Amino acid sequence: MNCRSEVLEVSVEGRQVDEAMLALLHTILLHRSTGKFHYKKEGTYSIGTVGTQDIDCDYIDFSFVRVSSDELDRVIRKAVGEFKDAMGNGTDGMGQISLEFYQKKKSRWPFSDECIPWEVWSIKVNVVNLANEQERQICREKVGEKLGEKVINIVEVINQHEYLPKMPTQSEVDNVFDTSLKDVQPYLYKITFQITDTLGTSVSTTMRRLIKDTLAL
Amino acid sequence: MMDSDLSPQDKKDLDKFIKFFALKTVQVIVQARLGEKVCTRSLSSPTGSDWFNLAIKDIPEVTHEAKKALSGQLPGIGRSMCVEISLKTSEGDSMELETWCLEMNEKCDKDIKVSYTVYNRLSLLLKSLLAITRVTPAYKLSRKQGHDYVILYRIYFGEVQLTGLGEGFQTVRVGVVGTPIGTITLSCAYRTNLAFMSTRQFERTAPIMGIIIDHFVERPFGNMGHMRPCNYRAPGEDEGAYNGVEDSQEVCTTSFSTSPPSQLFLSFLLFSLFLTFTLSLPLLFFLSQLYCSRLSYQPPVLVGAADFCHPSTLNAANPHQVTTQMGIPGKEGGVPQQVPVQPCHGAQAEHGRVSSCPPADHVPATPSSSGEGAETLSRSIEVKGVSPCDVLETTFTRKVGAFVNKPGTQVTTASLDLPFAAFAPRAYDLEENDPMVQPPESPATSSPLQGSLHSQGSGESGGPAQDDFVMVDFKPAFSKDDLLPMDLGTFYREFQNPPQLASLTIDVSSQSMAEDLDSLPEKLAVYEKNIDEFDAFVDTLQ
Repeated sequence: MNCRSEVLEVSVEGRQVDEAMLALLHTILLHRSTGKFHYKKEGTYSIGTVGTQDIDCDYIDFSFVRVSSDELDRVIRKAVGEFKDAMGNGTDGMGQISLEFYQKKKSRWPFSDECIPWEVWSIKVNVVNLANEQERQICREKVGEKLGEKVINIVEVINQHEYLPKMPTQSEVDNVFDTSLKDVQPYLYKITFQITDTLGTSVSTTMRRLIKDTLAL
Repeated sequence: MMDSDLSPQDKKDLDKFIKFFALKTVQVIVQARLGEKVCTRSLSSPTGSDWFNLAIKDIPEVTHEAKKALSGQLPGIGRSMCVEISLKTSEGDSMELETWCLEMNEKCDKDIKVSYTVYNRLSLLLKSLLAITRVTPAYKLSRKQGHDYVILYRIYFGEVQLTGLGEGFQTVRVGVVGTPIGTITLSCAYRTNLAFMSTRQFERTAPIMGIIIDHFVERPFGNMGHMRPCNYRAPGEDEGAYNGVEDSQEVCTTSFSTSPPSQLFLSFLLFSLFLTFTLSLPLLFFLSQLYCSRLSYQPPVLVGAADFCHPSTLNAANPHQVTTQMGIPGKEGGVPQQVPVQPCHGAQAEHGRVSSCPPADHVPATPSSSGEGAETLSRSIEVKGVSPCDVLETTFTRKVGAFVNKPGTQVTTASLDLPFAAFAPRAYDLEENDPMVQPPESPATSSPLQGSLHSQGSGESGGPAQDDFVMVDFKPAFSKDDLLPMDLGTFYREFQNPPQLASLTIDVSSQSMAEDLDSLPEKLAVYEKNIDEFDAFVDTLQ
């Protein structure tokens, strides 16, 4: 199975990183979350209801819709917060945050379960520093428009109706969905990020090269 | 289309899905243009009444308008359902902002499972619609609507009309869902040129189906909405052959019927009646006078209220007070099994306070709904609801005839408990009392509650005997005139009719213009002399 990969790029000011990432990640998760499954006998199940919530950004002229789940929001905010901390405050830089949807495939002992991604969204972020308030105001509007375009891109991709995991049986639901939340049930996902220094080289790439070089000696 | 390949049950399910998808689409679009944030709660346990497993509340008037436009038909090939969003200014100019189109083409997907895949994809499409409705330019405009303009919607069925969007309009496709009878597409065409056409003459446009919001327009009692007449337009309404879908009666009775008032509604009505009689008729009259007077100070957008349509239910208060029906959980794939149920709340009107994210109870039993009965009884005065706060206020302002003019000799002897009497114009203006000539001193203020209590007492003892309609001079709320010669009420009274600005009179303006022109060379010389200072100042700004 080929994993579908989509890349989104945005340029934002330092203080806009949080909201820009939240907007895009929540937009994706809105489409990749369902209500809680309630299985019944005979292999049937019913699905709970997903609520939605409008969120206004403070530093960007933009509003977005997210799933009404404080738990999910906390998880995403935590990940975005770590990403922003890694990017540094107030400094130029580039980074990439990835939202990967995967399925678990049970393996026999002693092997651990395999995680097979089926969709990966990569958001490349370019953080810029602005000199004055006028530029910041322009940036507010421009980034808002840009995020709007990205939302349209996300929707276009999702509505191509490509691969989605099959609806699992009760015993396999945890291999497809994240059932840890109380109110909604997103597909299994993980968020990772990597930071690129100003020279354009990825820190992880550099480390990998170092290790390879060391082993080659 | 090969309907014969579909089983009867699948055909029936598909028609139902398409119908409710169309209704939910309209709800999402209209609610996104209300001007406020929408918030619904996730529910882990299925209720069976939330179509497509999404918490999208139903504004009854919007559903009514949508069903009226559909007239028992479904969106199909050559029959598109469109929601047109337009802007109307307080001057009466209007402009189409966007048109959302739900269409179907002939491309069929015969292998797709109706009850599962189509249903889930329609759910996904609704989520996409939620996201896209916040991205088009009309969203920001709708969030800022108020005094200067309002956002309106119109639903029509038939051919898509995009000519009103001006040149260079953009199109965004929300998504597509293939079905065995055709492919459903949802798209939006939005205007990019927001300048009004200079050649476009103002004309009374054909009636628009529903006004969305004037939520932020100042109202006499804060959060109260008001009823507006509804003008309907149905061009392009397809009155062709009935397409065979069973009348909405069967479908509606299962989950989405606009049913007669429920018991809850009746209890609110009774409570409101009780409140009304408790407060007595003079209070009602007082309120009517108050509202009528306040209307004269409303911005033009409200003066032209008759041009706007119903429903006030599109006030942001409503989404949180609409009915959701209960049903039994679905057995397969989360499809709700429909059963006839009693609606929780059959209210047609909007009420009470607005909250951007209320608890998403399926039974919106909010205290503010108690105003419904008052509204029913006070329809002529367009007071939407008597909130507990307002009840408290009006209890202390029982004096009637607050806005009725009375000779000045009675002013000083009139009771003090006539709040909001300042809204009534005075019959005469004396220059010696003209605040523009002799600015009054600040009146002694007391706490509103104290003032109200006092005024009630004094009103009962010292006021002239009067019935509900006796002419009295007005007294401002919470203000006394026994300490100062010029009180707040007099100041307000005078201020209502200020003299015309001197600069607007012809003689004065022409004279001042000449003087201004004469003084220009001197001013320019001074500025040139100080040019260095100005340059230095500009540099500090950069």
